[in-house]
Amino acid sequence: MRYILRRLGFYLAALAVAITINFFLPRLLPGDPAAVILGTSAAKLTPENLRAVREALGLSDAPLIQQYGLYLAHLFRGDFGISYTYFPTPVTKVIANGFVWTLLLGSVSLVLSFALGNLIGIYGSWRRGGLVDTVFPPLLIFIGSFPAFFLALGLLYAFGVKLDWLPISHAYNNRLPQGFNLPFLLSVLEHMVLPATTSVLLGIGGWALGMRNVMVSVLADDYVTMAEAKGLKQIRIMFVYAARNALLPGVTGFGIALGAILSGQVLIETVFSYPGLGFLLINSVNGRDYPLMQGLFMMITIGILAANFLVDILYTWLDPRVRTG
Amino acid sequence: MNTKPPVPEAPGSAGGPAAPLLEVRNLYVEYLTPRGPAQAVHNVSFSIGRGQVFGLAGESGCGKSTIAHSILRVLRPPAVITGGQIRVDGADVLKMQDAELEDFRWRKVAMVFQSAMNSLNPVITVGEQIDDVLIRHNRLSPAQARERSAELLKIVGIESARLKSFPHQMSGGMRQRVVIAIALALNPALLIMDEPTTALDVVVQKDILRQIQQLKAALGFSILFITHDVSLMVEFSDNMAVMYAGEVVEMAPAREIFSNPIHPYTRGLLSSFPSLQGRRRKLTGIPGSPPDLVNPPSGCKFHPRCTRCTRLETEAAPQLTEVTAGHWVAYHDGLRLTEAAA
Ligand SMILES: Nc1ncnc2c1ncn2[C@@H]1O[C@H](COP(=O)(O)OP(=O)(O)OP(=O)(O)O)[C@@H](O)[C@H]1O
Ligand SMILES: [Mg+2]
Repeated sequence: MRYILRRLGFYLAALAVAITINFFLPRLLPGDPAAVILGTSAAKLTPENLRAVREALGLSDAPLIQQYGLYLAHLFRGDFGISYTYFPTPVTKVIANGFVWTLLLGSVSLVLSFALGNLIGIYGSWRRGGLVDTVFPPLLIFIGSFPAFFLALGLLYAFGVKLDWLPISHAYNNRLPQGFNLPFLLSVLEHMVLPATTSVLLGIGGWALGMRNVMVSVLADDYVTMAEAKGLKQIRIMFVYAARNALLPGVTGFGIALGAILSGQVLIETVFSYPGLGFLLINSVNGRDYPLMQGLFMMITIGILAANFLVDILYTWLDPRVRTG
Repeated sequence: MNTKPPVPEAPGSAGGPAAPLLEVRNLYVEYLTPRGPAQAVHNVSFSIGRGQVFGLAGESGCGKSTIAHSILRVLRPPAVITGGQIRVDGADVLKMQDAELEDFRWRKVAMVFQSAMNSLNPVITVGEQIDDVLIRHNRLSPAQARERSAELLKIVGIESARLKSFPHQMSGGMRQRVVIAIALALNPALLIMDEPTTALDVVVQKDILRQIQQLKAALGFSILFITHDVSLMVEFSDNMAVMYAGEVVEMAPAREIFSNPIHPYTRGLLSSFPSLQGRRRKLTGIPGSPPDLVNPPSGCKFHPRCTRCTRLETEAAPQLTEVTAGHWVAYHDGLRLTEAAA
């Protein structure tokens, strides 16, 4: 428990640093930060443009400390201004909406690829050199090495266009009333199949191969031999003795992947026009929607820190050795 | 490999009408290495009577652990048992099917592994690791198992509050005791102890061995005791075998080996360790290193290191022969000793 609290303290400190950097970075840029951020188009800058950006960044001629206070106040109220591209929706609301879809798609695909990949790795190493072990990891690694958009377009074309089995864009059927009703939830599920499959196919090979390799070395450990000598059931040796130990390095990877959910699905979300954060990010860049961009960066930072904290908790539960550490 | 020498009647079983508890006959084990098969165990036979302690001694790499793992059939590839028989209480271990084997393990034969420190699962409590063997074999409920686990810990001198500890929270000696408690959980007929104390300091070592002796007296199990510390073994065992490069080179009651070693290798081993009983010997050791098991020397495998090598040593391999009652040795000069005596 003390350990968890210590970690929480660490992440809060990291968050404070990130927030502060987010404040100072534009102000450290030489010249007018707003003009610099607007970059190449600076030549065509209109005064309103500049004012909007300055406002989005909280830039003013007031003393720095006062600006910082204002920035924090806005931040704590969750006020990132109004999005240009989704005018007049506040940035917070746009992000909240995208966040739901990204979290849904990302966590479903991550959990699926983590669980399936690890099961393949566990089983493969247990029957080392067997069918599962020789066929799956290399095949999945091969598939996973395709570029994301290529795989996404391939699936979209095959199952969405040619066979016409599945919807090819958006996250749900617009014509259905939104809420907890079966037709709507089914449409959400249906819309998720292709993007989630793409994401699972991209990730699963890495999990399978990683787990397999760690398992192979754990299986040679003395406590596994002893478990076997004890005459325990295979399933108990495989999961409680071998896999639980072999899972430990994977949990760190899981945390990284969890943090990357918020930012890492840009390509898939774009191909399938899936209205998540990645899709928003692309739109905000294309539309030079600075308030939205700033909000998204803040969101992604929080997401990564929260994911790491979650992993710390998970790790403590899995590996008693860190509890005392 | 077809030339099977006569199976020596192991000293422990001689005389008793009952079959010995453990019988290893003409055991061959190879490790299939990239350079070819390494003969880690070559035609080894011995047996252990009920309630007896049998010691297996020899330098590092001579095949002691391989034999121990064969008895429980937990050898891992690239090891293969290429020949022989292992009988425990009459049952043929090498012929057992999976289900039978699972039931046999730990119920009949339990083992304290060479690296007992690392033979506990780091991510579950020691309590769970005693419980699971009781639940699996004795079909106890988790609550009953927990009660019995507490008793077992008490037997090895650890308070039952420690059931909730994880292995990393215990000292090396404690972990060793936990492993012994797990080994005794099902009241096995045979306890294999593979270098059970090498990682511990001498005081703890003595303490644990004394405790095991008491437990043995109370519970009546047999012990296969493996170590390369011959003086410790002599103190602890009834009978013992000395192995060299996968073969038994001498086998006799432990006291007989101590007072009257015949094989030059045994003599070398005895002089490599200071006697625990206080009698000082000059420590000479054995010059040279163990042979390559993929391409072992022809004839007597010990001949390249033998200081008393005669012409005979380079010819045929000497067979394990009974030179005096219950004293077996694979040594040409030993054979001549008997001929001279006859
Ligand atoms: N996995 C393996 N692959 C190849 N050879 C092996 C393997 N394991 C053991 N060996 C060889 O088999 C021989 C016997 O090994 P074993 O572990 O039985 O020796 P030991 O007598 O128990 O030694 P120690 O006293 O060091 O524990 C050694 O020469 C070793 O090199
Ligand atoms: Mg060994």
